[in-house]
Amino acid sequence: MAKFVGARLLESIPVLVLSSLLVFSVLHLIPGDPVDAMLGVASFGVGDPELLKKQEEAIRLELGLNDPLPIQYLNWVGRALRGDLGQSYIRHAPVSALIAERLPSTIELAFTALVLSVVFGIGLGILAAIQRNSPLDRIVMLVSLGGVSTPSFFFAMLLILLLSVGLGLLPATGSGGLDRLIMPALVLGYNATGLIARLTRASLLEVLGREYITTARAKGLPFRLIIGRHAMRNALIPIVTIVGLQLGQLVAGSVIVETVFARQGIGQLAIDAILSKDYPVVQGVILLTASSYVVANLLVDISYGFINPRIRTS
Amino acid sequence: MAMLVFVVAVALVVILVPAVITIDPYKQDLRASLLPPGSQGHLLGTDHFGRDLVLRMIDGGRASLSLGLIAVTIAVTVGGLVGLVAGYRGGAADRVLMRLIDVELAFPGILLALVIVTILGSGSEKLTVAVGIGGIPRFARIVRGTVLATKHELYIEAARAVGVPGIRIAFVHVLPQVLGPVLTIATFGMATAILAIAALSFLGLGAQPPAAEWGLMLSDARKYLRIAWWLAVVPGLAISIVVLAVNLLGDAVRDALDPRLSSGAD
Repeated sequence: MAKFVGARLLESIPVLVLSSLLVFSVLHLIPGDPVDAMLGVASFGVGDPELLKKQEEAIRLELGLNDPLPIQYLNWVGRALRGDLGQSYIRHAPVSALIAERLPSTIELAFTALVLSVVFGIGLGILAAIQRNSPLDRIVMLVSLGGVSTPSFFFAMLLILLLSVGLGLLPATGSGGLDRLIMPALVLGYNATGLIARLTRASLLEVLGREYITTARAKGLPFRLIIGRHAMRNALIPIVTIVGLQLGQLVAGSVIVETVFARQGIGQLAIDAILSKDYPVVQGVILLTASSYVVANLLVDISYGFINPRIRTS
Repeated sequence: MAMLVFVVAVALVVILVPAVITIDPYKQDLRASLLPPGSQGHLLGTDHFGRDLVLRMIDGGRASLSLGLIAVTIAVTVGGLVGLVAGYRGGAADRVLMRLIDVELAFPGILLALVIVTILGSGSEKLTVAVGIGGIPRFARIVRGTVLATKHELYIEAARAVGVPGIRIAFVHVLPQVLGPVLTIATFGMATAILAIAALSFLGLGAQPPAAEWGLMLSDARKYLRIAWWLAVVPGLAISIVVLAVNLLGDAVRDALDPRLSSGAD
């Protein structure tokens, strides 16, 4: 097992390095000079050009922009590893502080959405598989197909129309409190719920046709045990994959959900930063999201080894 | 089949109507603003500037469908070439290209498009390129997989034995084998692309006002949600129905091209 985990850890290193290279180059691929971008916020061609030049040189030296690019990259990675993601151009605060301030809200949202989608997705998927071709099965399939086709921002607005404008049950926007978490979590988890339900159904149906299930039935095991102990164990493998992948999608999806519900989270921070060209903040958020996605995938791979011992040896 | 007819019909409406009669989706009429659906002369109602929603839906639909198609074309062309080269050449080329694809996959969903929009700047065309680039990995992987599976077929070896150049084998003998799976994924990819473009426009990174774009119209509708529900429901339903139809079309394409998949797990 330790060898298996070690191999997977090693494999994720090149992906992390290349991703960080891509994120690093964001600042260098954008047209124009980062120094202009920084000074441009404060000066619109006014002031002493001599002084401006001095200021520019000072910033260049301070940021190490005169160093060769590989050195700059290594310095940047070194600082990022120590939690220093640079300064925001516009908010005049360290990027890491901005992220730390917003992160709990996004984690709370993504975690709630994940729990909702796993519980409902697997539950509905099992129900649909057991009662194949029943009206319930059809409804589950229809709802899950709708989940893949309805844009989350439209679903969010429908919920606001129904629950806030129509019935006045929940506040439409803002963060904090359980009543402001329900709608965003439902919206964020809806898509994933449909995917997980479809996959659980397909995967369980496939397993239920195997011979060892017939054996378990033949020896008179209660149906509950057949599903719980024998069928689900093998049906879980593809489900764990998709749940792992959904983790990243949830963080990315929070960009939209947070915008619709005006929640102060990472996603909204990213959009604000992109629209106001606050590149260090964009870099920081993307680096964080991409690396948490890589780590999530790694955990999924490792969890295979626990669920299915056959994978460890191959 | 029904879905193909539906999607083609939507495409025809959004292309033909503006071609046959001159429509002006930007014409304002402040005295007739925020009319509900079913009002005289405005079947789907009007928005806060009194612009007719039917005309704006048609104009926006043309943008959504054409931009979605362009994004998928980018993804298919680049992804297909990468997959073909990686699968056919193997070795170092395969390892390098697939590592790059892995990196792309390390950026979930909309995030990669956000990175690219940050680099390129916002706007409809740039957004389409961003969404197209985001679609590359799926095509690269499926093409590579199929190429690997067909590479060792007897007829490929026969072609090689009679001295057909590698590049001709790749394009004339291997490429037709991957067209089926690619067409299936491309149909689903079109649905994803339409959704992604609408989402990014909703966030303000794509089409800018006063353009009629479904995602942007939904974004504007937020301010009037309490007094004019139709401003959100009309474009929202339009996106959902078109994406659902394209998804169902993808199912149909898959079943038609590979009958083995239509029964059993769905």
